[in-house]
Amino acid sequence: MIPNDPFPSLQLTAAGQLKHFLTLDGLDRALLTDILDTADSFIEVGERRIKKVPLLRGRTVVNLFFESSTRTRSTFELAAKRLSADVLNLDISTSATSKGESLSDTLLNLEAMASDMFVVRHSQSGAPHFIAESVTPGVAIINAGDGRHAHPTQAMLDMLTIRQHKGGFEGLKVAIVGDILHSRVARSQIRALNTLGAEEVRVIAPGTLLPTDVEALGCRVEYDMAAGMKDLDVVIMLRLQKERMEGALLPSEREFYRLYGLSQDKLALANPECIVMHPGPINRGVEIESAVADGPQSVILNQVTNGIAVRMAVMSMAMSGQVAERGQNQAAGEQA
Amino acid sequence: MTALLNMDELLDQLEAGVRKHLQDRQIERPALIGIRTGGVWIADVLQKRLGLDEPYGELDISFYRDDFSRLGLNPRVKPSHLPFETEDRDVILVDDVIMSGRTIRAAMNEIFDYGRPASIILATLIDLGNRELPIHPDVVAQTLTLKESQRVKLRGPDPLRIEMRET
Amino acid sequence: MTQPQGTLRIIHGRLVDARGDSGSPQTLLVRDGRIEAVGADAEQGPADRVLDASGCVVTPGFFDLHCNLREPGNGQKGNIASETLAAAHGGFTTVCASPETSPVNDSSAVTHVILDVAASRSPIRVLPVGAVTRGLAGDLLSDMAGLKKAGCVALGNGARPVANARVLRRCMAYARTYDIPLMMTPINEALAADGYAHDGLVASRLGLLGIPEVAETTALMELLLLAEETGVRLHLAQLSSARSVAMVADAQARGVAVTADVAMHQLLFTEAALAGFDSRFHVRPPLRTEADRQALLAGLRDGVIGAIVSQHQPHDSAAKQAPLGATEPGLSTIESVLPLGLRLVADGQLTLSQLVAALSHGPAAVVGEQALLAPGQTADLCVFDPRAPWQASDHALRSAGKHAPVRDQVLMGAVRYTLREGQVVWQAVD
Repeated sequence: MIPNDPFPSLQLTAAGQLKHFLTLDGLDRALLTDILDTADSFIEVGERRIKKVPLLRGRTVVNLFFESSTRTRSTFELAAKRLSADVLNLDISTSATSKGESLSDTLLNLEAMASDMFVVRHSQSGAPHFIAESVTPGVAIINAGDGRHAHPTQAMLDMLTIRQHKGGFEGLKVAIVGDILHSRVARSQIRALNTLGAEEVRVIAPGTLLPTDVEALGCRVEYDMAAGMKDLDVVIMLRLQKERMEGALLPSEREFYRLYGLSQDKLALANPECIVMHPGPINRGVEIESAVADGPQSVILNQVTNGIAVRMAVMSMAMSGQVAERGQNQAAGEQA
Repeated sequence: MTALLNMDELLDQLEAGVRKHLQDRQIERPALIGIRTGGVWIADVLQKRLGLDEPYGELDISFYRDDFSRLGLNPRVKPSHLPFETEDRDVILVDDVIMSGRTIRAAMNEIFDYGRPASIILATLIDLGNRELPIHPDVVAQTLTLKESQRVKLRGPDPLRIEMRET
Repeated sequence: MTQPQGTLRIIHGRLVDARGDSGSPQTLLVRDGRIEAVGADAEQGPADRVLDASGCVVTPGFFDLHCNLREPGNGQKGNIASETLAAAHGGFTTVCASPETSPVNDSSAVTHVILDVAASRSPIRVLPVGAVTRGLAGDLLSDMAGLKKAGCVALGNGARPVANARVLRRCMAYARTYDIPLMMTPINEALAADGYAHDGLVASRLGLLGIPEVAETTALMELLLLAEETGVRLHLAQLSSARSVAMVADAQARGVAVTADVAMHQLLFTEAALAGFDSRFHVRPPLRTEADRQALLAGLRDGVIGAIVSQHQPHDSAAKQAPLGATEPGLSTIESVLPLGLRLVADGQLTLSQLVAALSHGPAAVVGEQALLAPGQTADLCVFDPRAPWQASDHALRSAGKHAPVRDQVLMGAVRYTLREGQVVWQAVD
């Protein structure tokens, strides 16, 4: 009843510019569209002989991965380098914190290196928020995936892929299939699709893999995949972690694949133009049939190009917001 | 706000200057590139007047500006579009107004990221002087000296006209 | 402690206790540490000292059934001296010390340490609560009769369950034998698992690990059935859900000897407090929905819940300086309880008398005591100004824990005097 600080303000400047990129919650359609448009410009840069622009020249970007992910880290690294930033990769999962150093202490040490941006991957939901709250002003925080909470760059690259294939989001019916409960990607995708104006978002999964009150996130629940595939324009398959079998969430991989795996038969129930997406890496024969993953409706591969472009867009926009805010603070200081 | 300059005359001057330059240098197939947004409108006119069959390129220099540390990123950045290779080409770089020279520096940096051109000719409609970098246009339609309170801007694309305003 | 001698007259105060609210200013006379007279009777004769309570409310000193004093312990999170001073600042004259110390209070030796330190360092009364199982592990019975003899007023298992129903049943049967009240937190560990937030909308949106309502209610059902069978005096600590309130009301209607409390923050906040990943609101049980909050308030008004507790859990700042799920649970509340409660009164959720009852007589009754403004009662008193602004800050808080629930707003209600046996043990400095 006594309100807390509204956290969207954490990632926006007073003028509504992005200064951190922590979650898609609280970002409006115009801002998400700006991100996609800017990413489009960076896709063009990626097609040049020299795929590099000088925007972040002289700035230092630290990839702070508390949970290792070579794939995501590599795209962030490439994105930062294509913006001409200096990049430092720190795999914290194997160093400081295992020696008992607290996250706050690790950050203090890193700030001494005069970094301008932290790209944070952490197993705890909200870790990037925590870092954004405690970091020195002027340093931008980019969420590269936190716990089950959000993976906003992944969701935005998926949105870019959808827009490239479908032209926009109006009237689209999109389904997300699989382990919604543990998926930060799904949470960010549901938010993005709602904000960008998709007509319908469905989640298709058994009850054990759905969060409580999932409908309130802005989606409709479908337990039966055949019914869920009807009229679909986009189907997004989530990766199923093997350890889900051990937690009594699912009886077996075989049963899951039979009920929720994307086979050619099931895909045939969707619109003929339906595209198939997967944030990767793919478990063939667990959530998706090889023939579908490699088939004509699959857009899994060009998601890599989009991933670099979206990350370049978000990094340059957040740095830009930090620059603008510092300018405003300086102006305010001079007036005072 | 006054429109004291005759656009047709300016474009005639620009076209004549470019033709002469191409002739002097014996360039037969130039690659035309306009800088957004005014430069693109003029490139469009030049392409027709010079009778070039190749489409012109459009350059958005937002990613190459040298004032990111002060101003941040232009929120309306659009992709650059060069429908040809720049490697070993003779480029005509077109902009509406030149003053400090910083835009041209950024544009040349960007062009080089597409490939190394054989040469670049710079053609601008108006030269306002006040250069901050050692960059000089090869072709200029009109040189103007403004009072500190005056600003010029190209409006377009149809019709193209120069607008001068007092601040 | 030596009994203070002489008389103290408290004048011009509005007197409020569980039985009612004087409304207008009245007089209260204390003699030799006890309340001698109230109202017109108290105005007769001379007094050694006079305390002017103009504009203030005079109530029984507050009584906390669940407070963590962090001693014995390593001192980082506070100690008996710091936390009892904070309690006196908050208007409390009695706190029950949770057995969750290090080492756990599961032996008379630890109980004696707590009582000895309190005797020399605490301005208020400290009543230890012993561990019902050794090390709070839930496997073996502690020396219950010994703990009672050493001074424990009740036994409990802290925030942890006695997961094995057979052990739980024996705990109850044994406690019943020696007429020891049990203070138990209903929690099913298997269902709560690694959760740290209510399993609802906010947890789903933020990807927080949830503790479902059934983690409380299934354990509560087991506790109620076993208590009914064994006849133990059961006190349920810190209910958090509407369903729990209904289940306790049912049991009480059947005649089961069961009482219950709720933490003050459960009455003011909901799961929405976590929306910005604010680690202060990582509490157990978790803050649940607005419907739950309303039902807890209704339970208080109906008397199903008889006590409000602070569930004071001071921490060093590092314990809260981490991503939400990696922080330690608990708020530093004991100095905020009164202003938060007055907010409920201002909002019309509770009468002042209901609030005072839940902070004094209600909890005292759980351990067989009374806390009323009546002749013969110990003169443990709280004198507070309900219109005085107060804001929590590192400086204002006496507790070692600075993570108070409201820090960015000014609250109304400040304790002017806390009296223990007629002696002023806290006095506000203006």
